[in-house]
Amino acid sequence: MSSAVKKLIAIGLITLFSFYIALPAVIPVNLNYGPVKIDKTIERPNLNVNWGKISLNKSFDLILGLDLAGGSHLVFEADLSGVSDEKKEAAITGARNIIERRVNLFGVAEPNVQTSSFEGKDRIIVELPGITDPDEAISLIGKTAQLVFAEVEGEEEDFNLIPSELTGANLKTASVVFDQTTGKPAISLEFTTEGGEMFEELTERNIGKNLPILLDGIVLSAPVVQETISGGSAQITGNFTVDEAKNLSIQLNAGVLPVPIKVVEQRTVGATLGRDSVEKSIRAGLVGVVMVLLFMILSYGKLGLVADIGLIIFGIITLALYKLIPVVLTLPGIAGFLLAVGMAVDSNILIFERFKEEKKKRPYADALEVSFGRAWDSIRDANIATLITVFILTNPFDWDFLHTSGPVRGFAITLALGIVVGLFTGIVVTRNLLRVFIKPKKGEK
Amino acid sequence: MNWMKYKLLYFAISLTMIVISIYGLSTWGLKLGVDFTGGSVLEVKISGDVSTEDVKKVLNESEFDLTSVLISGDDGFIVKTPPLDAGEKNKIVEALNQSYDEVVELRYEIVGPAIGPELVKKTIYAIAIAAGAILLWIAYQFKSIKYGASAILAMFHDSFILLGSFALLGHFYGAEVDFLFVTALLTTLSFSVHDTIVVFDRIREINKRGGGDLVDVTNRALTETMVRSLNNSFTIIFMLVALLLLGGSTIKWFAVALLIGTILGTYSSPFVATPLLVTFDNMGKKIRERMKK
Repeated sequence: MSSAVKKLIAIGLITLFSFYIALPAVIPVNLNYGPVKIDKTIERPNLNVNWGKISLNKSFDLILGLDLAGGSHLVFEADLSGVSDEKKEAAITGARNIIERRVNLFGVAEPNVQTSSFEGKDRIIVELPGITDPDEAISLIGKTAQLVFAEVEGEEEDFNLIPSELTGANLKTASVVFDQTTGKPAISLEFTTEGGEMFEELTERNIGKNLPILLDGIVLSAPVVQETISGGSAQITGNFTVDEAKNLSIQLNAGVLPVPIKVVEQRTVGATLGRDSVEKSIRAGLVGVVMVLLFMILSYGKLGLVADIGLIIFGIITLALYKLIPVVLTLPGIAGFLLAVGMAVDSNILIFERFKEEKKKRPYADALEVSFGRAWDSIRDANIATLITVFILTNPFDWDFLHTSGPVRGFAITLALGIVVGLFTGIVVTRNLLRVFIKPKKGEK
Repeated sequence: MNWMKYKLLYFAISLTMIVISIYGLSTWGLKLGVDFTGGSVLEVKISGDVSTEDVKKVLNESEFDLTSVLISGDDGFIVKTPPLDAGEKNKIVEALNQSYDEVVELRYEIVGPAIGPELVKKTIYAIAIAAGAILLWIAYQFKSIKYGASAILAMFHDSFILLGSFALLGHFYGAEVDFLFVTALLTTLSFSVHDTIVVFDRIREINKRGGGDLVDVTNRALTETMVRSLNNSFTIIFMLVALLLLGGSTIKWFAVALLIGTILGTYSSPFVATPLLVTFDNMGKKIRERMKK
């Protein structure tokens, strides 16, 4: 077996494996052709390998970005005016971590929470794919969640609230419970040991009085203390809905935001629109791809057909990589992919044009090898130039003065992957296919 | 073919395009989308036979401050306004609901104006750094700064004319410059350099095999790479035309921008970068001759 054939077998295996990953998880099969009627769905099993101690378990789903699948893009600006310079970084990082914890507790898959600092403005970008109603998310994320127990001083109309030492910082956990008498949702608080002692002291001092509980300066409830409460737990009852109670418990569990934040940008992409434009663009892309494939065959005949096979392999491997890494696919990301397709096709065209020239000068097989060799210089230099651009746009070291998130980065990542895979298919795949399958016509040397 | 004979013609064409771009950009400027200006965008779907005029009338009666109402797809409407809060937005949807049976809110965006300059600055930094790095890479690979400088100038030529053409498209057809346009601009930059390097590579190769006068060498190189350049552009243009004709309305101007960028990128390799290279080479020779004297 020649080495070219061996390589082809290896390529075939890689392609098959990629194809398996690239397949959608559920494939509807709908055939209605005369007497043959098939109507069922095939399910692609997820990878589930257990080899002794090694276990691989992965479901391969294509993650669509906010623009394609819909969701929310929220930008918060932190007010750091009350924070000293040396503590600013810690404050913003702390806020970011608490926001991320809140979003995670909220149950959003693949959230993206990043800080963004630019010209003195400190921002936190929150991206939530799949969330169509951001109001709830905003109120969940944006609350400082500063919980304070206060004492009442004065009588009736003329009274003051004195915040006590007991705050959310003394909480161990908060959870949603249902009030035994009213059946309404309530928040059960469990204090730390220290917090429990403080609470006991506080209730002892205020028997027969109101003990207001404030969240971010707003009174949540003001129960009347009947007796001294020991044991370190309390309950907040108020007019909560189940969701409100749940969000409040998330905020309390995730911690207090160290700085106040406000929404400066809010984008909602409805899934309806997303799906529609995705479908249209996919159809358009397919038509475009078919035209490119035909063009290659019409221009280069058999060689074009081989290049087309290379391109299809390129598509399968790229899609598989998107799922494996995983890359969150966005519209600019698709543009990056298209540009990569263009550059992959270009490698082939370069080689074939070269081959046309070299064929006149030397034997067929030599001409093929020489064409690849000569074309390689320009393919390498051109693709490296693009990779330089891509590297800067991807900003792998998270430099603050460059893009640290968003569509520009998505574009760069798909372009980078496309170039690397394109080099592989253009040089390795197409070359070996040609070596094995393309023989000189009769009369040609 | 003696391509370089018409060097001055190519420069004249480029100069004309640059002058038109400067005129367009200075007179009309770019029609900036909400990505840059900030504001609110509300997209609704209203079933039935409704025109943009109807929607405008309904909203004007309710005294909403509108920037514009655009039609999108079959029965979708894009309502653009200065920044609104959620309450005001709900009032608009309510007002529409009172006049029409089925109103579905598809999209609602608030974009703070502060986002614009930040993105632009970061993109400009990225382009500047990338241009510098590419300049050095080409200069190193081709062992002469002339090659790098020509390729980078052609790259900026393409991006500038793309910007200029969007000033014109914005003025006459209402094309807006948005986030996707920035992506298209970056694509054009990459493609332009990619295409130029392929042509330069051929010049380098002919030089290695004996070479001769640079004008003759470039003429040969252009002749030998012309078919490849055109074929390659065709494949990309096929893709883009398909996207333009069949893709959704959201990506129409994106496809247009990519199309213009591809055509410019292909044009600039033989007709901007290469003539520039020859000119730089001539200048270099003249300076050297003078130094000898």
